[in-house]
Amino acid sequence: MSSVIVDIRNLEREFKMGDETVKALNDVSFTINAGEFITIMGSSGSGKTTLLNILGCLDKPTKGEYFLDGTNVSKLSKTELARFRNKKLGFVFQSYNLLPRTSAIENVELPLLYNPEISAKQRKEKAMKALEAVKLTHRTHYLPSQLSGGQQQRVAIARALINDPVLILADEATGNLDSRTSYEIMMLVQELNDVQGKTIVFVTHELDIASFSKRTITLKDGKIIKDNINSNVRNARKVLEGLPLISEPSIAAK
Amino acid sequence: MKLVNLLRIAWRAIKRNKMRAFLTMLGIIIGVAAVIAMIAIGQGSRQSIQSQITGMGSNMITIRPSSNVMGGARLDVTNVQALAEPDIIALQKQPEYINAVSPSVTARGQVINGPYNWSTSLQGVAPEYLSIRSWPLQDGVSFTSQDVKRAAKVCLVGQTIITNLFPNGEDVLGKNIRFKNIPFKIIGVLGKKGENTFGQDQDDIILTPYTTVQKRILATTYYQTIFASAIDESSTDKAAAEIQQVMRVSHKLQKGTDDDFTVRTQAELISTFTSTSQILTILLAVIAGISLVVGGIGIMNIMYVSVTERTKEIGLRMSIGARGIDILMQFLIEAILISITGGLIGVALGITATKLVTLFLQWPTLVTQSSVILSFLVCFITGVFFGYYPALKASRLDPIEALRYE
Ligand SMILES: Nc1ncnc2c1ncn2[C@@H]1O[C@H](COP(=O)(O)OP(=O)(O)OP(=O)(O)O)[C@@H](O)[C@H]1O
Ligand SMILES: [Mg+2]
Repeated sequence: MSSVIVDIRNLEREFKMGDETVKALNDVSFTINAGEFITIMGSSGSGKTTLLNILGCLDKPTKGEYFLDGTNVSKLSKTELARFRNKKLGFVFQSYNLLPRTSAIENVELPLLYNPEISAKQRKEKAMKALEAVKLTHRTHYLPSQLSGGQQQRVAIARALINDPVLILADEATGNLDSRTSYEIMMLVQELNDVQGKTIVFVTHELDIASFSKRTITLKDGKIIKDNINSNVRNARKVLEGLPLISEPSIAAK
Repeated sequence: MKLVNLLRIAWRAIKRNKMRAFLTMLGIIIGVAAVIAMIAIGQGSRQSIQSQITGMGSNMITIRPSSNVMGGARLDVTNVQALAEPDIIALQKQPEYINAVSPSVTARGQVINGPYNWSTSLQGVAPEYLSIRSWPLQDGVSFTSQDVKRAAKVCLVGQTIITNLFPNGEDVLGKNIRFKNIPFKIIGVLGKKGENTFGQDQDDIILTPYTTVQKRILATTYYQTIFASAIDESSTDKAAAEIQQVMRVSHKLQKGTDDDFTVRTQAELISTFTSTSQILTILLAVIAGISLVVGGIGIMNIMYVSVTERTKEIGLRMSIGARGIDILMQFLIEAILISITGGLIGVALGITATKLVTLFLQWPTLVTQSSVILSFLVCFITGVFFGYYPALKASRLDPIEALRYE
């Protein structure tokens, strides 16, 4: 019953390095339905980021077709791609990519500044709502340098949420975080998926993280070698509750 | 893309780096302040020269015998006729643009009042001279054409004469002073004129009928100078032309020969003296303009560094939907905002510096609206010109490469 958000057919992406041609993606096809939470796994150099860049309309495939929300993206111009990213997509990066010396709320509202249809008032409201979704309303005017890594990533997630995207793309979004903070982020991501029904594609190379998603696509040398529905989805909240708390005295004792 | 949003984006980017923005501005600030101050000083001196010359009587025309006899064939000085009575008569016969004429002969010498003496000039003129010079009397009356006919020993004295010959502040009207042993009765006191453009004290003068100087002192029938005035300021050139015509006839000059006299209007005098100050103004403005260009290069430099340093930020902006043109506009507006803000501060600083120059050095200055508008415009153009290439470079970045940049 659910609608198709992403439809990829026989996708290829080649990079020319002098005489050599690297096929970073080779005959990749899959579809993503609305409301899915997918992780993309694979070893280093397997083509995860390349795939994500194409999904995120930052890059174009050498061959094959890509339909995003019903539009054939391969045919769009640079400017149209920019509009598309602005309206349909949300990005979360490994290194957060927040603007330095810029408050959390101003970072969050950034995508809307590039959307002429949104008034200043709407922008503020949406930014507050997004910060609420990532539980950071008490940190709206903090600067990135005053926030922890986990909090910074939550600001980045809020920024990805603000334009109400049809697809959220995350590349190793927990890569810079310790395991506890990673679980907190995964809890948030699961909540966005379960409660708000957001469609999420999450690149990771940790099995531990992939186990929180409903479906995992595994790449190897630019090809899909595995695409399976996760029958045993872990709940990040429960995992967090089961985690032993690092008690204050033990830190002090160090 | 809404312009407000672009402005907001650019403004936030500048705010994030206030110190750098200020340092970038510094070049522009100094450049603009220099331009404003230099032009103000140049214009000020120009205006003060102009007003001093105009103060001598802006309709005034001066006629002198030619002294610039050039070329081997014309070295014979006897060719040059001095100015004399027929010239005056000719000029006064049915003039069209000439209002008044007055001959002038001057003698230098000691003037004595009892124990006090003073070296000065005794200038013989017609009664019309005062109106030609637009020189009012402060006290007493002027001499008349009757006095001219009689070569009367009456005089009008300038303020400097009074200070030096009557230091006790007594009333000078009716008193006699002696010049070359001839007693002159003071019948009027000239109003104060101050120094002229060349630093001469204009009040160091005694005026008397020209016949008195001619007959009683110099024993001559010639004039050194003829002063005339045009009917109004706008007719000075026509009056000068008319004078030239009349004088040529009066001197019986053949067609094709040069004038043996020179006719100068105040306007010519003004242009002679203001042209030097004009050159000075231009020179100062050029030097200041160069510093403005250096300021512009400073902006370009910083913008380039800024684009490189913020590559990742540019990648991020592109990933969330900024188009190339949005990035271009952001950096361009940043450059323009910096240069315009610098320009504003520069204008304020320039005006302040100008005021201080006037206050402490007593130099005449004049801040003109056009110099402010000009330097502001130059700032804007500087911002656009030097901001464009860095901005273009930024807008052409590939988002993926930019995001990967460390
Ligand atoms: N711009 C590029 N130019 C040339 N080759 C590239 C380029 N981008 C990626 N590649 C190549 O494509 C292949 C896939 O790279 P990709 O970055 O997608 O891997 P990845 O799965 O994201 O790896 P990692 O886990 O290390 O991030 C690699 O062999 C890489 O060298
Ligand atoms: Mg990668």
